[in-house]
Amino acid sequence: MLLISCPYCGARDEVEFFCAGESHVVRPPSPESASDAEWAQYLFFHGNPRGVVCERWRHVLGCNQWFNVARNTVTHEILAVYAMGERRPEV
Amino acid sequence: MGNYSALSLLRHAIAPRPLPPAWRNADPKPRYDIVIVGGGGHGLATAYYLAKNHGIRNVAVVEKGWIGGGNSGRNTTVIRSNYVYPESAAIYELSLRLYEGLSRDLNFNIMLSQRGLVSLAHSRHELDLFRNWVNCVQLNGVDARLLTVEQIRSLVPIINVCPRSATPIYGGLEQKRAGVARHDAVVWGYARAADRLGVDIVQNCEVTGFVRDDTGVCGVHTTRGTIRAGKVGLAVAGHSSVLAEMAGFRLPVRSYALQAFVSEPVKPLLDKVVLSGTLGVYVSQSDKGELVIGGGLDHYQSYAQRGNIGTLEDTVAALLELFPCFSRLRLLRQWAGTVDVVRDSSPIIGRSPVAGLYLNCGWGTGGFKAIPGGGWTFAHTLATGEPHPVAAPFALSRFERGALIDEAAAAGIAH
Repeated sequence: MLLISCPYCGARDEVEFFCAGESHVVRPPSPESASDAEWAQYLFFHGNPRGVVCERWRHVLGCNQWFNVARNTVTHEILAVYAMGERRPEV
Repeated sequence: MGNYSALSLLRHAIAPRPLPPAWRNADPKPRYDIVIVGGGGHGLATAYYLAKNHGIRNVAVVEKGWIGGGNSGRNTTVIRSNYVYPESAAIYELSLRLYEGLSRDLNFNIMLSQRGLVSLAHSRHELDLFRNWVNCVQLNGVDARLLTVEQIRSLVPIINVCPRSATPIYGGLEQKRAGVARHDAVVWGYARAADRLGVDIVQNCEVTGFVRDDTGVCGVHTTRGTIRAGKVGLAVAGHSSVLAEMAGFRLPVRSYALQAFVSEPVKPLLDKVVLSGTLGVYVSQSDKGELVIGGGLDHYQSYAQRGNIGTLEDTVAALLELFPCFSRLRLLRQWAGTVDVVRDSSPIIGRSPVAGLYLNCGWGTGGFKAIPGGGWTFAHTLATGEPHPVAAPFALSRFERGALIDEAAAAGIAH
């Protein structure tokens, strides 16, 4: 069970949160000219590392705000919590 | 090594002597025609059908731990083929038919018990969807029938059908040919049968990289040395992305923990598999008397092979909603497997972006039921270089073509 530090509410149990998957997935810059392969990469071919993953989380049973979490997928250790729009931290 | 039979059992009962090993624990040779990575059900079935159907016997299955120690040993052993889309029905029904003849084919009792699976609808709208589902399944040539609440009560007398329940039961559907099988026996049966046809089963042999030449992959680097191969097939479930990354490409796969647990054993009281997708729980009773309980995926990506207490609590709460009489049972064991979930809840079978490397992955929460069909079609793909007709719709290229096979609803448990 994870203890997640919401940047707005503090440390809360993971059942209060919703994980929405990988952060920093970039939409094709020009959607009209992007190929089917580029769209497939954007929509389906995301990272699935055995190690550190950066994810978007939302505190649905709290402040309802979005933020990013860097987390190890083997140990589940949370390495960083950072705001939406911030760059991926070096962890 | 003789055949298993009633006579051989009797002979051993009269004059006990140590049974010979059922398969050789082989050392890796420097080269094989085909190397299969992953000694679970799918990998071993693939090796068996390569040898049996295609006459390719210079085959190795390399496994980083012991065979059947991954998801093949971590599932809830449910087998069914009541899928909505014709593509899915074809491959899961192929699997179920192979399962029906598997004990005889492998000369190994896989303890298949076609006790029937009952899925529950908890609203009028869900019941409408079930009607559609039953029609689709029947049009696919697979058995299914709609159940009234009365019929559910007669099939599963201990279930809570109280209309004042928080999640009342409105009806259900049943596939009578669905059921359970002994997971270890499936793995060991395929291992023994493949070994007898000359396949090498190499355990404690972890793949650490791929041997490359100008055209593509031509072998694997392992913790037990380099093994060259004409073709390499991956059947590594939740670790598919890790192996794909070694080969330099990504897969549309995400790995999650999927939990299961068993209760203490009790006398026979449940002779169906009961599933509620809405509540996120399914349960059957094993031959030992334990209730085998499964739930939905844990909520975030994980390679940990251990389950999360929050999902366990949700699953147990759902179970007790359906079966209040289980409330005093204690759970004996709890575990999780790392499952490879694809966005459309359908597998990926066929070529990878790298020549010489082939994929059998993406079975998500339902790989056990698909072991014979996955092995059968993957062996065809490896042997001929062309996809088996039944597996062709499950090519990796479907994501670029937009030809998804979206089985989310019929995949049974929430993805």
